[in-house]
Amino acid sequence: MSHIEVRDVSLVYDTPAGRVPGVQAANFDIEASEFLCLLGPSGCGKSTLLNIIAGFLSPTGGEIRIGGKAVTGHGLDRGVVFQDFAQLFPWRTALGNVTFGLEMKGVPKQEREEIALKQLQLVKLEKFANAYPHHLSGGMQQRVAIARALAYNPAVLLMDEPFAALDAFTRDDMQRLLAEVWRETRKTVIYVTHNVAEAVYLADRVVVMTPHPGTVKIEVPIRLPRPRDPLSVEFLEYQKELLRQLGPAATGQATNGKAND
Amino acid sequence: MNAPSPGTRSILRATVTILAAAAIYEIIARSGIFPRALLPTLTTVADTLVSMIADGSMLRHAGYTLYRMLFGFSLAIVIGLPLGILMGRFRAVEQFFLPLASALMPIPSLAWVPVFILWFGLGNTTTVLIVFYAAMFPMLLNAWSGVRSVNQIWLRAAGVMGADENSLFWKVIIPGASPFIITGLRQAFQRAWIAVVGAELIATSDWGLGWVIYDAKEFLNADVMIASLAVIGCIGFVFERLVFGSLERNTILRWGMARVAKG
Repeated sequence: MSHIEVRDVSLVYDTPAGRVPGVQAANFDIEASEFLCLLGPSGCGKSTLLNIIAGFLSPTGGEIRIGGKAVTGHGLDRGVVFQDFAQLFPWRTALGNVTFGLEMKGVPKQEREEIALKQLQLVKLEKFANAYPHHLSGGMQQRVAIARALAYNPAVLLMDEPFAALDAFTRDDMQRLLAEVWRETRKTVIYVTHNVAEAVYLADRVVVMTPHPGTVKIEVPIRLPRPRDPLSVEFLEYQKELLRQLGPAATGQATNGKAND
Repeated sequence: MNAPSPGTRSILRATVTILAAAAIYEIIARSGIFPRALLPTLTTVADTLVSMIADGSMLRHAGYTLYRMLFGFSLAIVIGLPLGILMGRFRAVEQFFLPLASALMPIPSLAWVPVFILWFGLGNTTTVLIVFYAAMFPMLLNAWSGVRSVNQIWLRAAGVMGADENSLFWKVIIPGASPFIITGLRQAFQRAWIAVVGAELIATSDWGLGWVIYDAKEFLNADVMIASLAVIGCIGFVFERLVFGSLERNTILRWGMARVAKG
């Protein structure tokens, strides 16, 4: 399994108004099979950082190393789940979406469909294998997207606010399901969110980021037994601690976890 | 009794519309305001149509027209579709062909008929090329727009999953652009069908629905003209509903990439 190192990663945007720092000298490590949350308000650079780890963006300074090797571009060692429901291919069934990565790898049809069906079972959607995405609810579509990202067995799963556009009830269900999937697959997960409760529920460790410029403020390990009880005193203590670290400006936004960044 | 299915209802509605239009025509034709020779009754037209079908001439006319149209239309797809996709995908191809397409597109295809007759003579070649010209641009431009409208997140997701340029092209860009590509096929077909009849009026002899209309003018055979027009309309309608309708139902409607049309 791969250990991920984020070393002095910076990204400066060139805009007509001048050079705007997006991420400034971010430094942290992610252990293999760890669930790490990047938490922060809008503009703190958490999504930018995830996009750099995914290989969609190149940092202007520093580097990302996965298993000791520097990242250049995207690769099959990382699976990505986006926030946008539209990420699924509408012309492919749920099963067809999940088989895509295996198809690209050249896995024979029957084998890849068996693997894909197992992934759909993992997210409890095996009954909808032959449904097209437009017949699935938002939560189901995101579950297919998770199954799709896991199907070709990447070591790392990168998730960019995958549940932010869902209603609160569905979001709770999805978080429970994701915690279960993670427990079964033991993937390394990097999960971007601006929702404090979500971070405490899911993460082994939370990297708190603050904006203007986007910097890592502190890392908070969450030492709670799983499955976690969001109503326990300790859970609420962690929420308070994270909110305190985010500072007063971010508090209003970070607590209620609004749908869009 | 069961309620009729949406398909049956749509056919019923279309029939009512067509019957109403036919009834109005028949009333005017029978009123005697216009000479019968110029405005034949529908029964006369029907008689003519039946006898032309019975002696095989109508089928042969329609066959020639369909052959020319499908030839030119296929050429337009074979050239216009890949070229439009390449234009949407590669800046250099776009920069080279877009000015050319923009300059040629506004010229009505029929305006080229005399020029093509000079170059290629009367007959099939000219007609096929006119059809090709007419169908080419809607195919090209829709394919071009379709590629540019492919959701970027699909390309990203496919890239993450290891899709190379070839897979991206066939498995993401083509299906992703399919609503536009199908619209392009439809528009290209309609232009092709209009162009083939138009070109036949001028550029062919002996056979073809366009030619038979032109020829009937010489003998004041309005019934032949109207019978041929009806056949032209029917073939166009059948293609539109059956071919393109089923293509749409099996692709973009099933995928939820387009809404079901009413009526």
